[in-house]
Amino acid sequence: MNLSNKSLEKIEKLIPRFPLKQSAALPILHIVQEEKGYISKEDIQWIAEKLDMQPINVYGLVTFYPMLREEPIGKRHIKVCRTLSCALQGSYALCKKLQEELNCPLNETSEDGNYTIEFVECLASCGTAPVVQVDQVLHENISVEKASEFAQQIRKETEINIK
Amino acid sequence: MATEERRMILEHIDQPGYDNSIDCYIKHGGYEVLKKAILRKPEELCQEVVNSQLRGRGGAGFSAGMKWGFLDRKSGKPVYLICNADESEPGTFKDRQIIYKDPHQLIEGMMITAYATQTKLAFIYIRGEMYDGARILEHAVEEARAKGFIGENICGSSYSCDIIIYRGAGAYICGEETGLIESLEGKRPYPRIKPPYFPAILGLYQSPTVVNNVETLCHVKFIAEMGGAEFAKIGTPNNTGTRVWCVSGDVQKPGYYEFPCGAITLGQLIYEVCGGLNPGRTLKAVIPGGSSAKVLRAGERYQGKLKDGTEFDWTLDDIPLDFDSVSACGSMSGSGAVIVMDDSRDMVQVLGNINSFYAHESCGQCTPCREGSLWMKKITARMADGDAREQDADLLLSIAKQIEGRTICAFGEACAWPTMSFVSKFKEEFSEKAAQQKSTQHPLV
Repeated sequence: MNLSNKSLEKIEKLIPRFPLKQSAALPILHIVQEEKGYISKEDIQWIAEKLDMQPINVYGLVTFYPMLREEPIGKRHIKVCRTLSCALQGSYALCKKLQEELNCPLNETSEDGNYTIEFVECLASCGTAPVVQVDQVLHENISVEKASEFAQQIRKETEINIK
Repeated sequence: MATEERRMILEHIDQPGYDNSIDCYIKHGGYEVLKKAILRKPEELCQEVVNSQLRGRGGAGFSAGMKWGFLDRKSGKPVYLICNADESEPGTFKDRQIIYKDPHQLIEGMMITAYATQTKLAFIYIRGEMYDGARILEHAVEEARAKGFIGENICGSSYSCDIIIYRGAGAYICGEETGLIESLEGKRPYPRIKPPYFPAILGLYQSPTVVNNVETLCHVKFIAEMGGAEFAKIGTPNNTGTRVWCVSGDVQKPGYYEFPCGAITLGQLIYEVCGGLNPGRTLKAVIPGGSSAKVLRAGERYQGKLKDGTEFDWTLDDIPLDFDSVSACGSMSGSGAVIVMDDSRDMVQVLGNINSFYAHESCGQCTPCREGSLWMKKITARMADGDAREQDADLLLSIAKQIEGRTICAFGEACAWPTMSFVSKFKEEFSEKAAQQKSTQHPLV
């Protein structure tokens, strides 16, 4: 398994904490995806063997949970909240504007491989709508008027990281 | 002023200088209640919670004391405690504040609950998207363990219990307690059929399990501190304690506000606490308890008798914010999420937005919900897109009625109720759609 030692250690420590080791399936999937960017068939096989599960049952988790994926995505993952409170504050227009600004069609990865934009369900921050989660960080009150500036900020951060 | 907040749960949240470290929490009197609680008999603490009449803050409003009372103690199996921190009901953002800004308050409430129920191992199931929230909780658990509030021999007693932070992965259905349990067991989160799988009897790992919401567990700390009888004096009978109301949508000051149950009305919340609607706008509709609660229409009159026999005759503005009054008006206070809509909103679009959510989140286990939620989404999307048909309103109602009561879990109701209430209360708007020209505008919602 080509995972870093740090992740492998984390996994070894994690499994015995649960009364039943199958409980470790979802946390391990998170660890794998956070390191590799997505979950491959080999990863599924490895997890299944480790936890005495059938590969199909691990695969079933990957296909069920919206946050888990089988394909790589852009360097930055942009999730715009679609649900009611954000929609009332303009998240549909915001999502469209961000696609234009970052030259990235919805649910796809931009040609330069930098961005993936998703329109996701409620992010539980309805009082500061519209909200956008970029990678692991939630950004609040991103009105459509702020979209260009916000996209610029994402672009800048991404360039710095590439350098 | 009647609209003065009473902050118990939110007391320190957003206070200048207050941070989420254990030192800060202890400086403000933290963990003192746990130290005292651990010297009492567990049964006494359970009785305090019964006496407090505390009702669950996650959505269903079920009595917490009764929930704990159902625990199967004869089986000899270990008891598990799960904190449901999978906050996903559209409109709700209260648990986020507690987790991010005052995590030790939750941990103290949890450890008191764990001791009272003699839990062997506890879990916090947190939304996968809350990366920082999970890190904050992990860190808080380590801090509390170092000080002897979690782990072996808590506060020097013979009681031991650990907390595991468990991250979800973006599925709303994990907020349903038996779906959550399945998820924790490493399976797809398909809710379980009840009977026989009542969590208190056959819960996590087929063992007795308590599942409580974040806010509910925080209240347990206050109950242990002041006593159940004293806690029950806050609010109104059967609607005790404070509640955190999350307001979003078309108000000037959206946010989270804490009041004793029944202390203010929906009108006061909207106009006094939240600064009213945007200039020049009038109120059109309110969803009082998360997107699955039935919508209330401005101008409606609610008449009837409360459980205690008192007669009421209210407009939307008059509805007291508690559990029973909102239910008496045909909706529910659910998770405390109030979504306000003004007269600029198209109700077909709003329902279309909600239906899209439920179609995406249905776990697919029961046919009426899996198929019905998708049909309702497609019909409302087509209507909003300017291609409405005369029979659509009736068709929507017919689908919703065939989902309600015909599914394993309450998601069936959660996805049927918005359609049932929006279509019947705004029937003219749905019917008129058919007569309108195909719109060239981009949908607002």
